[in-house]
Amino acid sequence: MSSASSEKSDIVFWQGNEVVARAAIAAGCRFYGGYPITPSSEIAAVMAELLPEVGGTFIQMEDEIAAMGTVIGASLVGKKSLTATSGPGFSLKLEHLGYACIAEVPCVIVNVMRGGPSTGLPTAPAQADVMQAKWGTHGDHPTIALAPAFHREIYLDTIKAFNISEKYRVPVIILIDEVLGHMSEGMIIPDPSEYEIIDRVKPSVPPEEYNPYDTQYGDVPPMANYFEGYRFHVTGLNHGANGFPTTVPDICHNDEVRMIQKVMKDVDTLTEYDEYMLEDAEVAVFAFGSTARGAKMAVEKARQEGLKVGLFRAITLWPFPEKVIHELGQRVKAFVVPEMNLGQMILEVERSVHKEMPIVGVNKVGGVPVPPYEILEKIKEVLQHA
Amino acid sequence: MPKAAVDYLYYLRAEKLPHMWCPGCGIGIVVKSMIGAIDSLGWDKNDIAVISGIGCTSRAPGYMDMNTLHTTHGRALSFATGVKMAAPDKHIIVISGDGDATAIGGNHFIHACRRNIDITLIINNNNIYGMTGGQFSPTTPYGARAATTPHGNIDPAFDLVELAKGAGATYVARGAVDNARMMEKYFKDGMEHHGFSVIEILSNCHTQYGRRNKMADAITMIDWISDQVVSNKKAAKMSPEELEGKIITGEMYHNTELAEYTDEYAKLIERVQAKAALKA
Repeated sequence: MSSASSEKSDIVFWQGNEVVARAAIAAGCRFYGGYPITPSSEIAAVMAELLPEVGGTFIQMEDEIAAMGTVIGASLVGKKSLTATSGPGFSLKLEHLGYACIAEVPCVIVNVMRGGPSTGLPTAPAQADVMQAKWGTHGDHPTIALAPAFHREIYLDTIKAFNISEKYRVPVIILIDEVLGHMSEGMIIPDPSEYEIIDRVKPSVPPEEYNPYDTQYGDVPPMANYFEGYRFHVTGLNHGANGFPTTVPDICHNDEVRMIQKVMKDVDTLTEYDEYMLEDAEVAVFAFGSTARGAKMAVEKARQEGLKVGLFRAITLWPFPEKVIHELGQRVKAFVVPEMNLGQMILEVERSVHKEMPIVGVNKVGGVPVPPYEILEKIKEVLQHA
Repeated sequence: MPKAAVDYLYYLRAEKLPHMWCPGCGIGIVVKSMIGAIDSLGWDKNDIAVISGIGCTSRAPGYMDMNTLHTTHGRALSFATGVKMAAPDKHIIVISGDGDATAIGGNHFIHACRRNIDITLIINNNNIYGMTGGQFSPTTPYGARAATTPHGNIDPAFDLVELAKGAGATYVARGAVDNARMMEKYFKDGMEHHGFSVIEILSNCHTQYGRRNKMADAITMIDWISDQVVSNKKAAKMSPEELEGKIITGEMYHNTELAEYTDEYAKLIERVQAKAALKA
């Protein structure tokens, strides 16, 4: 393994998990709290190796919940912080994911998805935690989840995840799967000129005037670090602008609405997606993550056979690109939705299209990717009836 | 030398008072002693983080004018570990109840002890879950009544001192709310100790524990605690028969020889960076 300050512009051949770790360091991440779990463990291993060199901190905790606790603690001191996990570990992370939402603490959580439920298929891919990412922690809360599909995109989206988390004071989830996490793929390391680095906005007022959830500067309140004289309070209870617990219904209600609104008001700029051969398409394939790679192959085969098919590849899963899918639904006759689960994101496609039309899934949960030929078959089947 | 009077309000968020605890609750004595200890150490309150989990005791940080973090049930030590690793030169105090620290937080507790990370853990042990309505905890005595032991408690109790020592804490003490002066001394020594410190305070919850066990007021409960406690100096001269049913208080363990965790990590960074510099 080469050093953290690895030479730029060279072609590297890294596992997806290593890409996440190296991109995190490039994003300014200086704290990693983790717990061993397959198939995400390489992220921890690379962070353990590289963080000390840049003066950062790696810690392996006694469990997943504690790992996520350390991440929030370190972030409150001002460190950009990361944790990574897979399926069963993600279930455990959810307790503190909710804490990060209500306390508005920036951090990034990677879930390298594997088969489930429970221990499931530890070394095989799945995409079955997408709804869990959205709804898993209790209570209403904002969710941002990115699902990059190839290594360069994993690199840039990891940096983007940190940027979003800092900009909006939210936890950001990166959803990849075992295929992407373990597959090695050649890529050129993006040059720093290709991306921006965003840091949280610090308060401009003196400590005695500081309120950690002050909305007079907008929906995202400026955030002080611990130990810089601000001496503020952070709690997982509903709280007022001053950070102290409250049960006043209007304050609680308005604050929860704001927490979600601060993300949703920027849904158009937050939702990243890729459209491929959709201009004249009669059938749109909706896919994300590693499944989108097979879907692209299916679309290309279909085009070779003269079929009018295109691919909508969602990169931001949450918030869902609702408006774009709705508009696409007005242009195409049908959707084919392959995913490594028994039909999760298809529900969002149906909800967004909001119209009677064939929207059919191609689903695999046996621990293998959805084969392109099965997607192709489904495209043909749908076209026959469209 | 007589100690100068402590300006308690300087360390408190006066606008948050009155506190939410029941009249006579032992937590008040614990918080006062914490402030006394901090004051005698001369620490800057900007450099202190007070971190807690969930429960009556865990509401304490909200009243303290420091960097305060009220986390999730049982998990305060994990947040505290992150804060300490990110700011190794700062003072981190965790305050927790018995249920919070040793039931749902039991795993975090033993591993924080094992790492010997420089955090001071204060456990207000009132033998009960107070906030949730008086359920038995890992320190509820055998036979005692609780909301969930209406027929008497059959669970054996933890000895928190033995647990902390066994798990690797390097400063361990036990005090009680009937002796605030000693409590403050243990807090001060624990805070000053460079390693993981555990101070257990035998405390009274007359509302949830006392009422169910014929000790419905603070005085009766504190007397009950006083009747049980024996200082380790006195205990050394007592026979096993005389010690039957007694709880020993005092500084129980103090080891300054073992490596502290953030020091070890700082050395690791130094090693790695020196190696990288050689390569460059």
